Amino acid sequence: MSPGDVAQLTLVTTPATEGAAVEVRCTGTWTVHGVAPLERQLDALAWPAQGELAIDGSAIAALDTSGAWLLHRTVAALEKAGCRVRLQGLRPEFEALLRLVASRELLDEVPAAPAPGPLERLGRRTWAGLVGGTHYLSFVGESFVGLLHLFAHPRRIRWRVILHNVQAAGVDALPITGLLSFLMGIVIAYQGADQLEQFGANIFVVDLVALAMLREISPLMTAIIIAGRSGSAYTAQIGTMKVTEEIDALRTIGITPQELLVLPKMLALVVVLPLLTVYTDVAGVLGGMIMARSKLGIGFEAFVDRLDEAIQLSSYWTGLLKAPVFAMIIALVGCYRGFSVTGSAESVGTQTTMSVVQSIFLVIVTDAVFSIVFNWLDL
Amino acid sequence: MGAQANAPEAVAIVDVRGVCTRFGAAVVHEDVSLAVAAGEIFALVGGSGSGKSTLLREIILLQAPVSGSIRVFGQEVVGLGDEEALPLRRRWGVMFERGALFSSLTVTENVGMVLREHTELGDRLIREVAAVKIALTGLPPDAGPKYPSELSGGMRKRASLARALALDPELLFLDEPTAGLDPLSASGIDELVRSLRETLGLTIMMVTHDLDLLWQAADRVAVLGKGHIVGVGAMNELSHSDDPLVRQYFHGPRGRAAWQQAWKPR
Repeated sequence: MSPGDVAQLTLVTTPATEGAAVEVRCTGTWTVHGVAPLERQLDALAWPAQGELAIDGSAIAALDTSGAWLLHRTVAALEKAGCRVRLQGLRPEFEALLRLVASRELLDEVPAAPAPGPLERLGRRTWAGLVGGTHYLSFVGESFVGLLHLFAHPRRIRWRVILHNVQAAGVDALPITGLLSFLMGIVIAYQGADQLEQFGANIFVVDLVALAMLREISPLMTAIIIAGRSGSAYTAQIGTMKVTEEIDALRTIGITPQELLVLPKMLALVVVLPLLTVYTDVAGVLGGMIMARSKLGIGFEAFVDRLDEAIQLSSYWTGLLKAPVFAMIIALVGCYRGFSVTGSAESVGTQTTMSVVQSIFLVIVTDAVFSIVFNWLDL
Repeated sequence: MGAQANAPEAVAIVDVRGVCTRFGAAVVHEDVSLAVAAGEIFALVGGSGSGKSTLLREIILLQAPVSGSIRVFGQEVVGLGDEEALPLRRRWGVMFERGALFSSLTVTENVGMVLREHTELGDRLIREVAAVKIALTGLPPDAGPKYPSELSGGMRKRASLARALALDPELLFLDEPTAGLDPLSASGIDELVRSLRETLGLTIMMVTHDLDLLWQAADRVAVLGKGHIVGVGAMNELSHSDDPLVRQYFHGPRGRAAWQQAWKPR
C-alpha cells in the first residue's frame, strides 16, 4: 500500500496562544480498506483537551461510509469532550455522505451481561436437562397415544410411507450390516482360536461365535449401525422440514406430524430391525464358520452339528427380543431431536449429533438392563 | 467507492455479449446482449423461466454460460478462476432473493463477517460500521443483535442488503428485491434503491417482477423472452413498444395500474 492508499490525519499546529484554533488535516483514501491503520493511531494522538479545532478535509481523495463513520465518530468524541469543532473544505458529495451517516440513530453499545458463575451454570444445565427430559417423555407419550389412535383407525395407516421407510432403513442397509457382522464373526473366531487351541478345545469355537453373535453382538451392532445410518437421517429430515416451515404446513393441512413422520418411521424400524438382526446372526456365524475351518480345521458339517448343541432356542430369542426395543429408541430419539431443531442450519447439525450420541447411549444402557433381567430369569 | 467522482457515462460497468446458456436440451439464452452504464439503475424483467436469474448468476460468477462474453468493470468474467475473481467480488455486492443470511450468525455478525474477511478494521469499528449499514437499509437499531430466524421477511431482505453493502461496493445486484413483501415494505424498497444510488453513487442491476418498482426506480429496463432481449429502454419507451412479448408484459391489468400510479401527480 502506498501512502496515498491509506487515510491520514495529522495535527498541523498546536495552540501557541490561548484561544487559537488547532488545525487538523485529513488526507488520503478514507475508505473501508484505507482507514484500518488510522483507526489504531487515533486514540494515541495528542488531542487538545478543549478549545477550538479546525478540521480541513479538502485533501480527502475518497470517502465511503466506513471513512465517513470514522470521521463522524472522531468529531463526535471531540465535541463530547468539550471542544468546538469546525469541519471545512469537504467536497459537497462527501459532506452529503457524512450527513447521511450522522443522521442514522445507532444503538448504544449494550454492556455484555456478566458471565454466570459455576453454580449458576450448573443450575441452568440441570434445569435444562430436567426440562429436556420431560419434553422427551411427553414426546414419547404423544407418540404412543398416536400409535393407539392409529390402531383404532387402521385406515389411517400410511402403508406406502412405511414401506418406503422399510426400504430405506432395511433393504438398503443389508450390504453394510451383513459385511460388518460377517467380519465380526471372523474376528471373534480368530481371537478365540488361539486360546481354545491351547486346551485342545477347538470345537468350542462354535459355542463362542454362536452365543456371542446371537445374544449380544448381532443385535447391538445392528442397532448402532442403524442409529448412525437412519436415526441421523430422521433428525436431519425433520429438522430441515422444521426450518423450512414444512412441519407447520402439515399441521395446517390437518395432518399431524406424528402421523406422517414419526409413526411410519417407528413402525418400519420395529419391523426391520429384528429382521436385520436375524440376517446379521446368520452372516456373523458364517464368518465364524469360515474362520473355524481355515484356522482350527473344523469342517462346515462338524460346525453345524455342534451348533445344534451349542445354542438353545432361548439364545436366539433373547437376542431377537431386544431388537424392537432398540428400534423404538432409535426412531423416537431421532424424531424427537428433529423436532428440537430451532431456526438455524447449525442447529440441524447439533441436533443430529445429539440424536446419534443419545440413541447409541440409550441402546447400550438398555442392552445392559436386558442382560441383568435375563440373568435373573435364568435365560 | 462511495461518493467518488463518477466515471464517464459511456463506460459499461456490466457488458454482456452473445451469451448462450443451455441446460441439457433446454435452451435458456440463445443470444443475449446488454450493457449497464455507470450510475444507472438497470432492471432485468421477463416471465417465469425466462432465465433472468440465470443471467444474473452468470454475471456474478455462480454459473458459466455455454458461450458468449460477460465483462464486469471491463474484465472478462467467463472462465475466471476464484483467485482472479476475488478483487472483482470485493467490488460488487449481491442481495439474494430469500436473503441467504447465515442462520447461525446475528445480523450484525452477518455484515461484520464480510468486513472481517476483507479488511483490517478493528473489532469495534467493524461493529460500528455494521451498525451504520444496518441503519442505512432502514432497519431499527435493535435488529442488529437478532438472528435471521427472528426477523420478518422484509427485515431479512434489508439485512441481506446491509450485508451486500458491507464493503461499499460500486455495483449492487438485487435479485427480486420486493418479492414476498407487503406493499408498504415494497415501496420502502423503491425509495431505498433510489436513495442508495443518490447517496452512495452505486450502479444497481436488479431482477424483478415488480412493475411498481420498475416505474418508480429503474432508469432502463431490459425484457428477456424466448432466449433473447426483446426490448431495452426506459419504461416510457417500452410501454409504447410493439413487440408482443413486451406488450404482454406491460399491458396486463397490473401493468396499467402501475403505469397510472407512476404518473399520478405526487
